[in-house]
Amino acid sequence: MSRDSRLSQASRDPKWIQWILIGITVGFVTLFLILPLGVIFWEAFRKGLKTFAIALSDRNARSAIGLTLLATAICVPLNMVFGLAAAWATTKYSFPGKSLLISIIDLPFAISPVIAGLMLILLYGIHGWFGAALQSMGLQVIFAVPGVVLATIFVTVPFVARELIPVMQEQGSEQEWAAISLGASAWQTFTKVTLPNIFLPLLYGVLLCTARAMGEFGAVSVVSSNIRGLTNTIPLQIDALYNDYNAPAAFALASILATLSIITLLAKSWLESKIEHRSKESEEIQ
Amino acid sequence: MYSIKSIRAKLNKRRIMSAMRATQIRRLPGFGLTLGFTLFYVTLMIVIPIAALLLKASSISMEELVETFKTPRVQASLRLTFGASLLAATINTFFGFIAAWSLVRYRFVGRRLIDSLIDLPFAMPTAISGIALMAIYAPTGIVGKHFLAWGIKTAISPLGVLIALIFIGFPFAVRTMQPAIEELELEAEQASASLGASRFQTFLRVTLPSLIPAALTGFTLALARALGEYGSVIFIAGNLPMRTEIASLLIVSRLDENDIVGACAIAVVMLASTFVLLLTIQGIQWWIERKTGRN
Repeated sequence: MSRDSRLSQASRDPKWIQWILIGITVGFVTLFLILPLGVIFWEAFRKGLKTFAIALSDRNARSAIGLTLLATAICVPLNMVFGLAAAWATTKYSFPGKSLLISIIDLPFAISPVIAGLMLILLYGIHGWFGAALQSMGLQVIFAVPGVVLATIFVTVPFVARELIPVMQEQGSEQEWAAISLGASAWQTFTKVTLPNIFLPLLYGVLLCTARAMGEFGAVSVVSSNIRGLTNTIPLQIDALYNDYNAPAAFALASILATLSIITLLAKSWLESKIEHRSKESEEIQ
Repeated sequence: MYSIKSIRAKLNKRRIMSAMRATQIRRLPGFGLTLGFTLFYVTLMIVIPIAALLLKASSISMEELVETFKTPRVQASLRLTFGASLLAATINTFFGFIAAWSLVRYRFVGRRLIDSLIDLPFAMPTAISGIALMAIYAPTGIVGKHFLAWGIKTAISPLGVLIALIFIGFPFAVRTMQPAIEELELEAEQASASLGASRFQTFLRVTLPSLIPAALTGFTLALARALGEYGSVIFIAGNLPMRTEIASLLIVSRLDENDIVGACAIAVVMLASTFVLLLTIQGIQWWIERKTGRN
């Protein structure tokens, strides 16, 4: 029975209530979500394509884009490998302290990005635990590129693991055992059996991780010296341009990241419809 | 007696057992490697940084802590942060319920679009949300100028902080209530109606009580996010000391002044309150599980 036919007269709200609630929803979403999204592109292109192009070809803007891509390129593969390892370890075996480990993996979601940056200063700053030792080796972390990378990693650690753990929990280990008992090696089992099963959630986790890594602001702004053309990421450059009253350039850069977040949203609804489709198919087989 | 599920689970177990016997191993390969790497990474990236903050905080004397919180500027920022966060979470729970209810129960044009837009604050970088909100709610912005005509300042005011925190917390409220509304048993509503209850009575006595746990979880998640929020707030807030300065910003300005101890003191209070909130969520979930387990 479909859900609509189950919604009998008794659980159906009167038409006027429906209209009011839908109206409130649409109004709220317009005011708080659609307008902010729209205004980014409006402000970015208001002065014409030429201003947009000049803003993006600016030397500092280009170096900010470069640093963001560098930090993302280091952070995302690391967190992806971590996510796979953590999901495998926590779903294929049972060991004491497992739920504590899962809670610790989730911690960066609960910690304010500014506090995350503060923690890194306590560790790698001049007076920090490792700061002096690293300094004597000639490596500056805080107020330099490594600090930006570390801050980006910290805030994005849970993304891939979070997507994979529930999926792998649900799938169990039956298929892996079958592969092993048929003589497959561990690596074959992982690449030929596990990976195809978790491909979509893995992809989505990586996408979320990428979007967040490119857009992180609070943690990065604390550990970066905000030197233009050197340690500024795209969000930091946007902040700097905005404070210089150069709003068109700020919004031009912002529109790139806003496009990325729209792609993330589209990917999410595509993925959800795909998963829904699959579960319907498997229901029909049963 | 035997559901298909339980029979299948038994068969699976038997299959796994025989596979284990056939291969003479008791665990899937990779335990040492994956757990070892996970523990190493978590220790390096999460545990050591948190330990650094906690150790630093424990070295702060009680007098220093009290001194920090006696400062009017710190008190004002904590009042604003907690007040605006609580208010924003309350508003989000209310409107989040209406949105979740409309999206689950009603069919209307643009429903799917709105449904996917709900997650925008998750996906959008906070600094960009910040300048976008400022552009709209500033005195010259398309919404801000209408409010200004009524004498209401929607930016560079505590109201601006509230607007940003509503924006950032909204998806938490909607996304926790949506599945709860989907799982509601329509039979209960029908039974209530057939016993003569009006639609409103049914909603108040039958539907609403079973949604309270989800609403509380959504409220707590939105609150936790709001307490630590930085990027989306600082542009629209204007950051006037004593008036529109949030706690996260105060931590940043302490760091700019090289006052690491002061920054840590504020950070520890913020962290402690966030953990209390997370424990509350765990408590709610435990309570729900116990309640549904009994049925």
